[in-house]
Amino acid sequence: MTATSQTAIDFSKIDEVLGKYEYKKSNLIAILQKIQEIYRYLPIDAMTYVGTKIEGLSPATVYGVATFYAQFSLDPKGKYEIKLCDGTACHVRGSMPVLDAVKAKLGLTNGKTTTENGMFSLETVSCLGACGLAPVVVINEKVYPKMTADAVKVALDEIIKQEQEA
Amino acid sequence: MSTLFINGKEYEYTNEPNLLEVIRNAGIDVPTFCYSPELKPFGSCRMCVVEVEYPNGRVVVNSSCTMPPEPNVKVSTNTARVRRIRKTVLELLLANHDRECTTCDKSGQCDLQKYAEEYGIKEIKYAKLTPEDMKAIDDWNPSLKRDPNKCILCGACVRACQEFQGHAVLGFANRGSKTVVQPLNGKLLAEVDCVFCGQCQAVCPTGALTIKSNIEEAWEAVNDKNKKTVVQIAPSVRVAIGEMFGLKPGENTIGKIYAALRKIGFDLIFDTNFSADLTITEEATEFVERLTKGGLLPMFTSCCPAWVRYMETQHPDMLGHLSTCKSPQGMLSPVIKELLPKYHEGYTKENITVISIMPCTAKKYEARRSQLKRDGKFETDIVMTTKELARMIKEAGIDFKNIEPEQADSPFGEYTGAGTIFGASGGVAEAAARTAYYYVTGENIADKDIKQMRGVDKSTRSKSVELDIKGTKVVVRVVSTLKEAEKAIQEIKNGTANFQLLEVMACPGGCVNGGGQPTSCKDAKIKEERAEGLYEEDRELPIRLSHENPDIIRLYKEDLEKPGSHKAHELLHTSYSDMFTGSYKDLK
Repeated sequence: MTATSQTAIDFSKIDEVLGKYEYKKSNLIAILQKIQEIYRYLPIDAMTYVGTKIEGLSPATVYGVATFYAQFSLDPKGKYEIKLCDGTACHVRGSMPVLDAVKAKLGLTNGKTTTENGMFSLETVSCLGACGLAPVVVINEKVYPKMTADAVKVALDEIIKQEQEA
Repeated sequence: MSTLFINGKEYEYTNEPNLLEVIRNAGIDVPTFCYSPELKPFGSCRMCVVEVEYPNGRVVVNSSCTMPPEPNVKVSTNTARVRRIRKTVLELLLANHDRECTTCDKSGQCDLQKYAEEYGIKEIKYAKLTPEDMKAIDDWNPSLKRDPNKCILCGACVRACQEFQGHAVLGFANRGSKTVVQPLNGKLLAEVDCVFCGQCQAVCPTGALTIKSNIEEAWEAVNDKNKKTVVQIAPSVRVAIGEMFGLKPGENTIGKIYAALRKIGFDLIFDTNFSADLTITEEATEFVERLTKGGLLPMFTSCCPAWVRYMETQHPDMLGHLSTCKSPQGMLSPVIKELLPKYHEGYTKENITVISIMPCTAKKYEARRSQLKRDGKFETDIVMTTKELARMIKEAGIDFKNIEPEQADSPFGEYTGAGTIFGASGGVAEAAARTAYYYVTGENIADKDIKQMRGVDKSTRSKSVELDIKGTKVVVRVVSTLKEAEKAIQEIKNGTANFQLLEVMACPGGCVNGGGQPTSCKDAKIKEERAEGLYEEDRELPIRLSHENPDIIRLYKEDLEKPGSHKAHELLHTSYSDMFTGSYKDLK
């Protein structure tokens, strides 16, 4: 996994986070979560900074933690974060055709997770706890139940239309 | 003292840190990839699994490197069950491995290859790697080559980088079947703050991390009729290279090395020990000057290129502490190119090729430093490690073990005991102290053996020694590994440092355990035996003080005036530059 486009980092913001967590190695995950909240992803420069500032860590170690957990993203997330459930229930009720439809619609091929214009990002999650509505897609905070390949395209078209009008 | 049973026989054990060490001390070898006695046990490779039966009848199979020894347990190292597990581990590792053994740099010295042979792996039931699976090889630096397709994810390199040098440039990334070992974000080693010490390579059981070879360039130079090849050999090469030919660690083979180098066809052979003496006269002069004239203290030694790079990348604001002396390799090369033509006919600045034989991978990097150029050309042309020279000797078909010892050439071949001990942690400081004592008092130090500075084992990576130079108290701090060096730097930063001279060698124990030496990570005793070999030569040499080396005295008399002179500075001193790579530069 390699990160691509990067935003410029305001290190004083990261120092604030580090200060709040006392520059402690044992708080690394919480620190990374906070940084991801600020930037919607983990910029490489931010990880380098964290790895250098906390004693006993190195940039490579921080990167290792960030890439180990699925909750961390090294790519900037889109304005609309699509979470597609691929838990057991959703999977057997056909989440894969829905996933393929989203990828085709947004042009997310070759492992890309965020669209060129930064509008959408896509990730699969293991279970959203709404198995009765399977297959489920969540876009930002909104839940889309009982999805099919066609239904998800309609939902995405609606968002795109909204954005164009805005 | 307690006892336990290994394969039915009772053995005593005392303070061994884990069961594996007890088993090995009993003379039984258990295969390992990820284990090194110098590193914290990790238990990732699972090759050292053994069956252990507890007194209550419970039987477990576990990795012996992570188990503490317990009294009265019955350990079995070769049951059908553990052999089956080891075989499966090997098959799985080999399935994910680029198995092009014959063209691999590690062929013949690879643990994976060795165990696959010992365990009779003839068939691997898993799919082979396809060309699409192959990851890019990183050899974009002068010292090391990283081939991720040969990596078995044992993590020894990651731990060596973290535990020795304190700032792991290598780390695990991703998860599960996608796990890789790599620098931050898959960058090249040259793009991160790697110091090229090569300890990652020294502990790597496979061909994933190897030394970037310069053997072919050396052969080309030897075979080129228009070139005059001049060699220099570093102190610790002589006590280690024999191991590659079945000799004991620590056996001083310098005469054999001279002879073998002549047989290969090098034109003149000099000794880096000579320029170690030269380094001492310059460095002791600089130290005494700083001490007596109020210069910046503590002064840091500058012989170790990994340490110098660490300072340039991590503490560029403190470069003034580094001695401006070049390393012994860095001093001898320009001396050869500038002054040798005076002594030997047919040699000119242009036709000389300097080849240095070093225990060190970082020396390859040092030789390419822009500060070490003269007339647009690098002062040192080719750097080979101990391992590479051994390979060259084998390739030339020389019977190293039985070759008749010879002498080095004149005028840069004479050396003293002080030059020899440069190869062990504490040696540079000890040699410098002997000469500094003379420069301050005009008399030679009474006891030349400053034993408190010595020691290359794990417990002596940081030593503080107080010297009394006729009333002047000087505290010398000797450290090996950059992790210990960083502690000394922090002391300076927070004002608690009480030392005036800091000697740093980046490899644990110093150059005797350098990244270019024959593999010594599996037995912590090897580097101690090599260091003892150096101290033995020091004891036996007639001259043990750098400033009494007759070749050095002549060199100053005829060419360099005196230590610290303008001419000496022009040839023997260097400068450093800010190489801070952190992306947060404005906040540093």
